[in-house]
This record gives sequence, structure tokens and C-alpha cells, in this order.
Amino acid sequence: MWNYERRLEFPVNIKESNADLAQAIISQYGGPDGEMGASMRYLSQRYACPYREVSAVLTDIGTEELAHLEMVATIVHQLTKNLSMEQIEESGFRNYYVDHTIGVWPQAAGGVPFNACEFQSKGDIITDLTEDMAADGAIL
Amino acid sequence: MLQQMSTQFANEQEKLLHDIGVLSFVVIELSLYLDTHPTDQNAMKYFNHYNRLANQARQEYSAKYTPLTISCADTSACDDWQWALAPMPWEGGCN
Repeated sequence: MWNYERRLEFPVNIKESNADLAQAIISQYGGPDGEMGASMRYLSQRYACPYREVSAVLTDIGTEELAHLEMVATIVHQLTKNLSMEQIEESGFRNYYVDHTIGVWPQAAGGVPFNACEFQSKGDIITDLTEDMAADGAIL
Repeated sequence: MLQQMSTQFANEQEKLLHDIGVLSFVVIELSLYLDTHPTDQNAMKYFNHYNRLANQARQEYSAKYTPLTISCADTSACDDWQWALAPMPWEGGCN
């Protein structure tokens, strides 16, 4: 099970609204290499993992990715919460706004919804760890 | 508790929350290391030291301000449910 800690892993205090920046950053929330995929990847792979130490790492990293997910969502929220209609209409954020207004929803920057096909869980540790390196390497 | 470096804080609450962030970061990184080095005595010493400090700071913050976890929540000193009423972690910034 999980417990919630009522704080961000690192503080987020954004000074200015920016719709275009939010449109890019949302990809780190629900895009192909985003935190949602990272978290679900590790938390799904840990069950079939034959080494207890590695299962422990997958559990703890998968948990920490959820904290990253919350920080990314906070960035998107703060960048968009006080946008004016004019700012929305003039930015790349307008199409997102049609369906979600200022709600945070997991999608890639290009509008593709989050999908479990963005990660793998094959029940084979070498395959899974290779996939993990490819996925996290993509973010570095 | 920790060296302040160049960061400026608006008040004691902000400073304590910052300390909790620093201590928790150390605890998270040490626990990840220990997952794959579970017999490293030195690392466990570091872990125990910083984990104790982090837990103390979390308890202090929850007692003085608002609860950080349900296990730290104690309503005996106030008459409302701050777990719901206190500002949410994502509220700061762009007000």
C-alpha cells in the first residue's frame, strides 16, 4: 500500500503564467517518456523480478516517480491556472483547453493520450532492465 | 538545523519545510543505494542518522503547523481537520 506525504519532493513556485511552456511540460506528465509511464513501468515490473534487491529498487524508484509526477503536474497547474482567455487563444494550449480547460490530464505535448503501450513488463529481468535503461536514458 | 547557505526564507515554517526536503532527499538516495548494497554498514549508519533527523523534523512541522502525513496528524491541539483544510502542496506560485 502507499501513504501520502503532504508536500512536494522539491518546491515549485512559478512566478508567471506561460501556456506554451505548459503545453511542452505536460509531456513529462503523460508523454511516452513521462513520469506516469516511468512509475507504472517500475511498479509493474517488480512482481516477476527474481531478485529481491532489484524488486526493492523498482518499488522505491516507482514510488519516487509518483513524487516527480506530482511536481510536474504542479508546474503545469501553476503555469496555467491564471491564464486569460486571450493568452489561451494565442498559444498552443488552445486545443488542450477545448477538452480539459485547466484540468491536468496525462497526454504528450502533441496531444497523444497516455497509453500503457509506452512501457513494457515482460517477466524477464534482462528485457525489463534494458527497457528501463532505454526509457530513463531518453530523459537524461 | 541545517546550514542555510544562500537561501532566504519568509518564515520559520518555510525554513523547516526546506530542511525536511533536504533531509528526505538524503534519506531517499541512501535507501535506493542500500536496496542494492544491503550489507554496507557505513551507509546504514548514515541512513539511520538522517532518517532520525528527517522523522524528527516531520514530527516538529506537523505539531507546529499542519500534518505532513496521516501518522503525524493529531487533532488534540486544534478543533478542525487540517489534513483537508491546509493549503495543498501545489497551491504556491502564480497567485
